[in-house]
Amino acid sequence: MPVYPQIVPMGEQAILINFKPEISSEQLEKVLFYKRLIKNSEFKVKVEVLNTYNSLLINYDSTIEDAYSEFSRLKSLLKTAKIEKKGNSRLFYVPVCYDEEFGFDLQLISEQKNISISEIIELHTRPVYLIYFLGFLPGFLYLGGLDEKLHFPRKNSPRKQVEKGSVGIGGNQTGIYPENSPGGWQILGRTPVKLFNPKLQNPSPFSAGDHLKFYAVSRDEYLALEEEINAGQFQFKSENYES
Amino acid sequence: MKAEIEILQPGLFSTIQDNGRFGFMEFGVPVSGVMDKYAAKIVNLLLGNPVDAAVMEITLQGPQLKFHTAINICLSGADLSAAVNGNPVKRNELLQVENGDVLKFGKRKSGFRAYLGVSGGFDTEKVMNSRSWYRGITRNFKLEKNYFLKIHEFPLKTRSTNASIKVDENYLFDKSIDAFPGPEFDKLSEEQQEEIFKVYFSLEVSSNRMAISFAEKFSNEIEPILTGPVLPGTVQLTPAGNVIALMQDCQTTGGYPRILQLSEFGKQVLSQKMPGEKIRFKKVDY
Repeated sequence: MPVYPQIVPMGEQAILINFKPEISSEQLEKVLFYKRLIKNSEFKVKVEVLNTYNSLLINYDSTIEDAYSEFSRLKSLLKTAKIEKKGNSRLFYVPVCYDEEFGFDLQLISEQKNISISEIIELHTRPVYLIYFLGFLPGFLYLGGLDEKLHFPRKNSPRKQVEKGSVGIGGNQTGIYPENSPGGWQILGRTPVKLFNPKLQNPSPFSAGDHLKFYAVSRDEYLALEEEINAGQFQFKSENYES
Repeated sequence: MKAEIEILQPGLFSTIQDNGRFGFMEFGVPVSGVMDKYAAKIVNLLLGNPVDAAVMEITLQGPQLKFHTAINICLSGADLSAAVNGNPVKRNELLQVENGDVLKFGKRKSGFRAYLGVSGGFDTEKVMNSRSWYRGITRNFKLEKNYFLKIHEFPLKTRSTNASIKVDENYLFDKSIDAFPGPEFDKLSEEQQEEIFKVYFSLEVSSNRMAISFAEKFSNEIEPILTGPVLPGTVQLTPAGNVIALMQDCQTTGGYPRILQLSEFGKQVLSQKMPGEKIRFKKVDY
């Protein structure tokens, strides 16, 4: 049995740290604690640190000099036993129009699961989702917390194009397509909100450890929001959140 | 008039690239940047540019370019029979072109990706600290006919400031790709751990800047892993037994076992291989 955390090199310019392979908010808290600890520690060169469910990747902007001492330095950082919670997690409210115009697969899920469309919407908007990390596409959020009743397999053959902002379900995951892209998720609706803006210093407002809640808007409200967004007047509704 | 290069014909696939975006993987942003860092470095050194100045990465069939100013240029990487006004251009040497000159490419002689540098580098849009083109991040993502590319005005040089640079081009012909064991390498059976370095893998036509995939299957008995970080040079093994080497424009996370991690040199060699060519991974230990 492997002993966690494992520290392994990944090529000449990166180090990977693996924690126990599990998806849970406690595990994420631990991963993010060490992420902050490592980010704030002293590096000889520029680094970037990113996390997934149970991993940290430290990416160096050049070949790691003296990998041996770098490993032992990280090892001692990982011995810090007291996990401190980050105080200021955010909860973002994301508007979704679950109109059939956007929610192509609502009918299918409703029939196969034998639950009404309004119940699907209720089940999808009730939870506070945890943002584990961003990946896959620029601005794509890996969310945890989808109600088991809504778990639904991906399409056998993906759609050639899923519109930007589409909100969908794939297996036990739910998420938002930040860009037009091919995709196999079952689509419930669409958000007018932009998840990614390459022109901003922080191209996404979200970071790992934040939370997100969907709320339903009508087609008219969707269109009004879209106008607001295009005029650059939209501001996310968000608040501090203690889980 | 502003110094510019006009795209008369775009060729197969050319982009502007520098050393890529550093520090944005957390937002799911691909690293991007030149596939062959060595060739890009050579042109920038010979031109006296900063090593991370933006260059043009040219794939297999080059574009036709018209210079609207007299400038110094330099070519390295693949030999795609470049010629200015019909006169063959020597690679890895500083060259001066005049206002109105036309650069064309012809038959491929070696390698797969050529690099064109200009004095001062290409002055295209900078997004997230990088000029590397990527669809959805920069306005342009490949050369198109009638584009005008901006370049910095620069005094002409008659000779390179680094004329003594020795260029080693053996890598263009190399068939072995240096690779470290990846995070899930140990999950392969002992037999497979040897086998992976014996098989000849041939590059598929679908290969691009995101990933180079190989035609030969390699059986996969590894249990699925949780989605984890990946990097350019990560070699994944899919459940269907496909071997895929992720390259500069790859995603930041992936859910397939990461069996190998190419060395920086390995990435450089692989990026000069063309579809159909066979390679073999060569084990490098940490």
